Amino acid sequence: MKKLSLFSLLMLVVRRDLVLAMRRRADVLTTLIFFVMVVSLFPLGVGPEMGMLRKMAPGVLWVAALLASMLSLGRLFSADYLDGTLEQMLLAPQSLSVLVLGKMASHWMVSGLPLVLMTPVLGLQFDMSIQAIGVLILGLLLGTPILSMVGAIGAALTLGLRGGGVLLSLLVLPLCIPVLIFGTGAVEAVTSGLSVSSHLSLMGALLVLALVFTPWVTAQALRISME
Amino acid sequence: MSLDIWMRENPLSYIWIGSYAVAFLIFAIEIAMVVHKRKITLQQVRLMREAEESEEG
Amino acid sequence: MAINWFKYSAPTTFYGLAGKLIPWFAVSAAVLCIVGLYIGFVVAPADAQQGEFYRIIFIHVPSSILSMFLYLIMAAYAAMGLIFNTRLSSMMASAIAPTGALFAFISLWTGALWGKPMWGAWWVWDARLTSELILLFLYLGFISLHASIDDPRRADRAAALLAIVGSVNVPIIYFSVKWWNTLHQGSTIKFTGTSMHIAMQQAMFTMLVACWLYAITVTLMRVRSIILERERHTKWITELAEVKS
Repeated sequence: MKKLSLFSLLMLVVRRDLVLAMRRRADVLTTLIFFVMVVSLFPLGVGPEMGMLRKMAPGVLWVAALLASMLSLGRLFSADYLDGTLEQMLLAPQSLSVLVLGKMASHWMVSGLPLVLMTPVLGLQFDMSIQAIGVLILGLLLGTPILSMVGAIGAALTLGLRGGGVLLSLLVLPLCIPVLIFGTGAVEAVTSGLSVSSHLSLMGALLVLALVFTPWVTAQALRISME
Repeated sequence: MSLDIWMRENPLSYIWIGSYAVAFLIFAIEIAMVVHKRKITLQQVRLMREAEESEEG
Repeated sequence: MAINWFKYSAPTTFYGLAGKLIPWFAVSAAVLCIVGLYIGFVVAPADAQQGEFYRIIFIHVPSSILSMFLYLIMAAYAAMGLIFNTRLSSMMASAIAPTGALFAFISLWTGALWGKPMWGAWWVWDARLTSELILLFLYLGFISLHASIDDPRRADRAAALLAIVGSVNVPIIYFSVKWWNTLHQGSTIKFTGTSMHIAMQQAMFTMLVACWLYAITVTLMRVRSIILERERHTKWITELAEVKS
């Protein structure tokens, strides 16, 4: 057997998951449609007054992104669990953490990245300034991978449980609060003329922390759930 | 508003009814649940033991 | 004198020990609670600024402290169960969780009742209140994850991992919420250090000890039921006096 370097292993998992996701495009679209729909419902709920909507926009978009990423987390491991691939991955000689990291990365590309790309349009709907939209996108780019990674822990823990979807949100949402705070805080800072660097660098620090710890924790969670 | 006035006039009954009574009620419910749980578990274990004995005997 | 502490870490011996200790903890909790309330309501004078309302402190502060410490203790037990694979520690972790959640709820409830006369609102998005609410969510997550897994071993280990992740997250959540709060300038009214009367301190400390003893009592009672349930197939359970009768 050819010895794979860790990076090529990572790429292999990412490519495989992306190919699988492309075969089920409807799933990807559902998450995106959910995101757009939740965001569009807010003006209907609170009224069309532009000043208020502009103030609410970052919070609404962030919460909607949070909920949308919860929606797709259930599928992160379940397909592989059902067809036995996950068991093979656990038995594989390669590091399970790297395999998990690959799955997290592809999950983010499939469910996080489309939301980020959709954000400018929705931001304009809420009459946000170009500058604010830029910061919002930057925050989402740093923050949505954290949501995918922290969510993966929850997805691994609730693997194969009945009612796993709701339980998953219950476990993961409280852990995502710092991301929400820093993400919306950055936009608020730029609209009130302050520096955004502290918010975004804290978010970056969280991203690095998550990158270091969550793959290993998720791998442990998978071992617990599969034994 | 009438609650506000009542609260200012009877602060002690406000905190007793509002905080302490609720806290002690929660404690009482918790104790009752724990005691009930013990009773149920003991019953189950006894039933199991009797079933095992009748199988052996 | 060397006491073999490991002897008590086996469910077999712990079950008996807990049974003997429970009445002592329960009685002293009740006595201290009465003493604490007596000092708090009869001996301690009314506060110069807050009048009688401050007396909620005697239940509010102990339950807040307990809710936080119980989470840490629960996570520590859960981690021990996960790492050393000891049965009793996992059982202790799942026995502590409901009590901790209830204390978090009491803390929120009494905080709201204190906030109404002091701040004029039942709820303010203060950093401490918000973190306490999130702590309650973490407890509920632990309990519901444990409850929804049928296999007790897997439930213990999965919930343990969640508790550890949660306890690592607690400081991050706390500081981010604190920062968020200063950013938004929600409530400006704060409890600045009005020097506490000595009787107030005594009453609060007594109530704190009473709450600790209560928590220990309930946890031990719950862990005894869990031991009975989990070990019901073993011989020593069927030979217990309370099972035989």
